Amino acid sequence: MWEYTDKVKEHFLNPRNVGEVENPDGAATVGSLACGDALKLTFRLDEQGRIVDARFKTFGCASAIASASALTEMIKGMTVEEAAKITNQDIANFLGGLPEEKMHCSVMGREALEAAIAHYRGEPAPTEEGKIICECFGVTEEEIARVVKENNLRTIEEVTNYTKAGGGCGGCHEAIQEIIDRVRGEAKEIIRPKLSNIQKIKMIEETIDREIRPALQMDGGDLELIDVVGNRVLVATRGACASCAASHLTMKQVVEAKLRELVWPELEVEEVSK
Amino acid sequence: MNPIYLDNNATSRVAPEVLEAMLPYLQEFYGNPSSMHTFGGQVGRKVRRAREQVANLLSAAPEEIIFTSCGTESDNTAIRSALATNPGKRHIVTTRVEHPAVLSLGARLAQEGCRVTEIPVDAEGRLNMVQYAKSLTPDTAIVSVMWANNETGVIFPVEEMAAQARNRGILFHTDAVQAVGKIPIDMRNSSIDMLSLSGHKLHAPKGVGALYVRKGTRFSPFLIGGHQEKGRRGGTENVPSIIALGLACDLAGQKMTRENTFVKFLRDKLENTLLEKVPRCRVNGDRSSRLPNTSNISFEFVEGEAILLRLDEYAICASSGSACTSGSLQPSHVLRAMGVPFTMAHGSIRFSLSIYNTEQEIDFVIDTMPGIIENLRALSPYWEVGDAVCARVVE
Repeated sequence: MWEYTDKVKEHFLNPRNVGEVENPDGAATVGSLACGDALKLTFRLDEQGRIVDARFKTFGCASAIASASALTEMIKGMTVEEAAKITNQDIANFLGGLPEEKMHCSVMGREALEAAIAHYRGEPAPTEEGKIICECFGVTEEEIARVVKENNLRTIEEVTNYTKAGGGCGGCHEAIQEIIDRVRGEAKEIIRPKLSNIQKIKMIEETIDREIRPALQMDGGDLELIDVVGNRVLVATRGACASCAASHLTMKQVVEAKLRELVWPELEVEEVSK
Repeated sequence: MNPIYLDNNATSRVAPEVLEAMLPYLQEFYGNPSSMHTFGGQVGRKVRRAREQVANLLSAAPEEIIFTSCGTESDNTAIRSALATNPGKRHIVTTRVEHPAVLSLGARLAQEGCRVTEIPVDAEGRLNMVQYAKSLTPDTAIVSVMWANNETGVIFPVEEMAAQARNRGILFHTDAVQAVGKIPIDMRNSSIDMLSLSGHKLHAPKGVGALYVRKGTRFSPFLIGGHQEKGRRGGTENVPSIIALGLACDLAGQKMTRENTFVKFLRDKLENTLLEKVPRCRVNGDRSSRLPNTSNISFEFVEGEAILLRLDEYAICASSGSACTSGSLQPSHVLRAMGVPFTMAHGSIRFSLSIYNTEQEIDFVIDTMPGIIENLRALSPYWEVGDAVCARVVE
């Protein structure tokens, strides 16, 4: 069972603003039956250009319904310009958070809002443009890149949680990884100078846990982080790695390469016995 | 509030008699059945009795029963054993609608160099028997086909399939986790070589199962260890749960008629009334060959998780084959294999009943369900309220 917040449950059981606004100024439908969820959003403006009425219809799970209900509550009273700044994270925050696997519901809310605003402005819907990366769920390159950037995503699994891309046949995993690498590569230039020693150690630990350890463990080996001194990463090998003649190569070619790529380009891995 | 529990294919309540019977073996009689002293030996006798009780339910011999920790272990043991005892053969035949215990193992074995054939099903969830016959080759080590499907309840012609396998000298295993205790099973004149069952589906606790292995079938253990189970499954016996499983099998035998009359009556009442009261819904799976307790109904244009959580507000427990509940993003592999359209697959609800359900409970569900569906459909952009016409079907 999903861990939904009380606010998600409350909005799911008592959704606000269900239906369709008559003669709407902005309207859009995103998602599809095949994908398992869809959202139709309509809104109307007053003379001052503020959203006076917003309504939704959703086909989908509890968090999809709650996200849409939350969205309509959030945008009421806003100008179109203010509403256009709402991110998927804002919707999730409004609900006190969503389970990771359900973040795509908040993204669907933001997409519907953008599409409805585009409709109001007489522009094409943003999600309809661009190259489709995930054929199963019809997700574009732009959409994936944007969600990676806005939510600081690192893995294909996270991208799937947020956009559904990659959750079907899996044929696009390589393409998604390329987008993640590209977006994070661009972002890294800005992050690097700020890296404190504590952050560095934390990132090294996380990278070892996530990227390196699972692969080593598949071969019966393991790795322990002993210390970080400046750019020297001191590690000890465990299990099958400890007795493996090629472990030195593994350290340089796999561990060091990964840490340099994901944490800091000048790191050097040293094996210590302990 | 007491839950209305209609999710017995997921797990079932421990029968009160069963709980009572096992408790002393968690308390004063904690001996090890392998011990030489009387204190342990008396426990060993109870394990022997339980083995007879399990065998009786299957009309098998006690020495054909190996206790395991769960249905999944039984499945893994059977299939791995067949490969180990047929070292030249590297082909496995199974179905597209198996439980993950078999399907994921098949995927793993494919990585290990085996060839795996998955027999498809038709729209009613029935196996394609022509393709089955064609799939058997001299290289086939084992066929593994579930007796009844956990999601739809559809019963497969395992006896007929096992006979075909035997004619070709191929071992036949069946995952009968959903069938044992619900429909009569008789291994005396059967061609089935191995059969898996699980305790917690028939009112014993979780964490105990059994594998039936026909006398004379070559066998290779999965868990290597002590001499327990005649060297066929290492590890100290889970005595309290084994005793529980024995009694649960005994009770299942006694209540088999009730399962196929009373439980079936409740299921049919629930299903027929919902079909009548709720527009645009349908039953998934061949209604002419089904477990008596299972009903899988799709409600068009609404999503399963939303239905389940609304039911949860009334303490009604069921499950769904929708994408959102499976943790993946696609509807259940069973419904997809059957080619159930997306409009239906996302809104599928499985009710699975037991002898502990009452007609009052079923009446309550019948009264509650239509309102929940109507309410969620009013939220759905694909549904036009009032005239029951779908607004737009996007495929």
